[in-house]
Amino acid sequence: MKYEAVIGIECHVELKTASKMFCGCANRFGAEPNTLICPVCMGMPGSLPVPNAAAIEYMIRAGLAFKAAIPAYSKFDRKNYFYPDMPKNYQISQYDMPLTQGGVVRYWLEDGTIRECRLTRIHLEEDTGKSTHAGSGDGRIAGSSYSLVDFNRAGVPLMECVSEPDLRSAEEAVAFLEMLRRTLMAIGVSDVKMEEGSLRCDANVSIRPIGSETYGTKTEIKNMNSFRSVRRAIESEIARQSAMLDAGERIVQETLGWDEANGTTISMRSKELAHDYRYFPDPDLVPMEISEERVAAVRAKMSPLPIDRFERYAKEYGFNIKQTTQLIDAPEIADFFDRTVEVSKHPQQTQNFVLGDLSRLANESGIAIHQSPVSPEHLGELVTLVEAKTINSKIAKELLARMWAGEGSPKAIVEREGLAQTSDPAALARFVDEVLAANAASVEEYRAGKSNVFGFLVGAVMKNSRGKADPAAVNALLRERLGG
Amino acid sequence: MSSENLDIAYVAKLARIALTDDEVERFGAQLGDLLGHVATLADLDLDSIPATAQVVESRNVVREDCERPSLDRETVLNGAPQRQGAFVRVPRIIGQA
Ligand SMILES: [Zn+2]
Repeated sequence: MKYEAVIGIECHVELKTASKMFCGCANRFGAEPNTLICPVCMGMPGSLPVPNAAAIEYMIRAGLAFKAAIPAYSKFDRKNYFYPDMPKNYQISQYDMPLTQGGVVRYWLEDGTIRECRLTRIHLEEDTGKSTHAGSGDGRIAGSSYSLVDFNRAGVPLMECVSEPDLRSAEEAVAFLEMLRRTLMAIGVSDVKMEEGSLRCDANVSIRPIGSETYGTKTEIKNMNSFRSVRRAIESEIARQSAMLDAGERIVQETLGWDEANGTTISMRSKELAHDYRYFPDPDLVPMEISEERVAAVRAKMSPLPIDRFERYAKEYGFNIKQTTQLIDAPEIADFFDRTVEVSKHPQQTQNFVLGDLSRLANESGIAIHQSPVSPEHLGELVTLVEAKTINSKIAKELLARMWAGEGSPKAIVEREGLAQTSDPAALARFVDEVLAANAASVEEYRAGKSNVFGFLVGAVMKNSRGKADPAAVNALLRERLGG
Repeated sequence: MSSENLDIAYVAKLARIALTDDEVERFGAQLGDLLGHVATLADLDLDSIPATAQVVESRNVVREDCERPSLDRETVLNGAPQRQGAFVRVPRIIGQA
């Protein structure tokens, strides 16, 4: 039978605040173990949590980026459970009144098709410590005899993002995650690094016969450490479930771990108790009221959203998907590009320079484009000079190198040094005739059939004009003089 | 005795508290009384009063996102039941998988 997958994603994203969610300990990855802890994040009796204002602002930004509702009233709750990496024996989280509700992630596939996946909610909570399972040799729970805990991460602000089951393939799930990542990065709320654990995600997967409206039994996949594992894990799980249904077997609702080395999902064996977290409002924390004015103030300061850039670059400017994605995924360069286009009014030519020569200069020198001496205003001038055919592309390249070296306005250089392209037919004829007279041997060779001499002659004329001749005009005139 | 709305043995299990049969009886009765006390609210006319989870009036109590010094590691680790090097050592977390 043909099946359709139904996939929902749950993501945890660490916010990049300076301090933790409810105390002043530094929020920093990679510090010496257990050096960033205090009575509040260790849950000592008598200590009191106070929410981090920046984390709340980041939540509002995220809500706005995904067009979620920002309720006027929200609160923190305690999620009660026991785990050694959670020192208070409860996690401060949000249960029924989160900071954002609903929303939608609009993302694009490799071919540029835009899809949507609704969000259920994004709420704010605190991260747990990090345990290393020891005594088994491979750092996993299975077979370990004890665990070592580092509490530096305990209390770091953590955003939990839950999607509706709107995704239909592993490809869509990965594209959704990439969009989530680039958006959260663009609005400056997280580094979203999977390899450092600041982005962690689980996937809920079920399948159903194509055309069916009801959902099948779902499984939850955990332990996916890269977008590549997300894709492989979901594909493998869809295949496993399809084979089971085809064989007339029943799918069991369970939690699965992704085994990267073997490329399979494995049952994590259900916990001893069904989860019963006994959520209740945290009496140590007062509710939050977010006014419309506050939301408007945050909105006014938001950076451009990747999806808006995508629609402008791909649809309005007609860039291909690869170039569009390349620009969007380097937000500083996209900012530089946008400011240049405001001056140049020629998106395609500007993009050619930014992703072409300018990127090459940046790679060669190790200096980022937006930190180079080339300003968007000056690059805009350069593009305008090229578009107006005031200078040819060869001169433009030379000018760009000089701008990179700090020589400033290309327009000023052109005027000062008389580099404007020669369109005067008499001057052009003089450049050509001088070259023909000085290279009589080459002219003979060409006439005898050695057509590759032609390129040499064009080059000689360009050189003779000190690069100011229009190469197309030189070509035409040379052919005319040489008789075809 | 557990009241109708309260399975004291289950709550104790969730809270990882071991209770004797006698304690289940005694605490069950006490917690049942507490719930009964709160239930007197049901006799009042509260239609015009919105539900709340908070009795204090303050809102939006937050702090600026500033880093402050943490505790000295030795002080913290010496307070842990067990340590190993720079880490807190805890028993195996989940039964043999
Ligand atoms: Zn702390």
